[in-house]
Amino acid sequence: MADVTTVPVAGAGAESLASEHAVGPPSAEPPSFRIVPLAGLPIVAAVLVALVIAIASNRLWPLEFFHVVGGGLWTGIDLFLGFVIGPILGRLSIPARMEFSMRFMPKMLLIMPTLVTMTLAAGWQLARHLGNLSTAYPNHGWVVASFIVVGVMAIIALGLLEPANLAVLFELRKPQPNGELIGKLMRRFVYTAGITGAMQIATFVIMTKLAS
Amino acid sequence: MTTVSHDATPVPPDVERRMPPVAQICVGSMALVIAGGIYMAAHLPRRAPFGPAVGLLIAAAVLLVINVISLARLREFAWDTFRTVTGWAALAYLVVTGMLEFVFVFDHTRGTMLVLLTFMLVVFAVNVPLLLGFSVARYQPAERSGSTA
Repeated sequence: MADVTTVPVAGAGAESLASEHAVGPPSAEPPSFRIVPLAGLPIVAAVLVALVIAIASNRLWPLEFFHVVGGGLWTGIDLFLGFVIGPILGRLSIPARMEFSMRFMPKMLLIMPTLVTMTLAAGWQLARHLGNLSTAYPNHGWVVASFIVVGVMAIIALGLLEPANLAVLFELRKPQPNGELIGKLMRRFVYTAGITGAMQIATFVIMTKLAS
Repeated sequence: MTTVSHDATPVPPDVERRMPPVAQICVGSMALVIAGGIYMAAHLPRRAPFGPAVGLLIAAAVLLVINVISLARLREFAWDTFRTVTGWAALAYLVVTGMLEFVFVFDHTRGTMLVLLTFMLVVFAVNVPLLLGFSVARYQPAERSGSTA
């Protein structure tokens, strides 16, 4: 397999637009950036190992820790991205958006899947530990509703958000990145993050109901 | 670490190139297996009637096969990029689905239910890398068929 962790990128933001669509430096040596930030991989691995230990121990506190911390961060990042960063990004110039994407998207590529895995795996085990998965549980309907909300969010995140993220990163590695395409994909990324963020509010309602 | 090499025999990039609806079909297939998973989970600790779950799984698998065939018939496509992204994504999702399988086995899921859930995970774990690989490669300079793939 070829290595996708380091790719050269055109100097977005440093130069004026070559044309409306093609953006890139006329002569400068393109800087490199990592699609997958290698420094973050040990942290991801450590979180996943700790998650497996938490599930295997089946104890309340570690399961609650992973579920609540993961869910809080996931929700907070989604809402912040969709409703704060998104509108700001929409007003930036295309080179500025590209420079932001070049630094921001690789981090999201590691952070979000880790948070989602952490929240869902710990949440499932927590619900099992507390007996909330059983059809005999009085609020079982709410639990099923949470499955549906999470299922829809997973489809949006994996089907729209993550592909847009990756496509932007690969577009940025081109000698002449297509600014219009990057803008389009970034808008998709930010809007879908906003939609999943809004759906997270439904999750808040369900989870607080279950915890009450 | 080496940098990604540019594809050989490039065709001029054209983001508007007509492509089969691989991404949409992938999303449809994922939606079906996720619906199947929710259906089975909603019946716990009792066994859900397997009919609807099997139906959803078969439908998802059929969509996946259609997708693979559509992809294989593409004549101009950035196959190198597709293989690179799909390969690494498959590795990542092997870890994710491995964790889910671990949770199922750890929670004493057995028999037909485990088999069904495992197949659903397999369909899911193939769909996501396929979708990521296609979503990236469709915007990359294409190679003419015959040079690769």
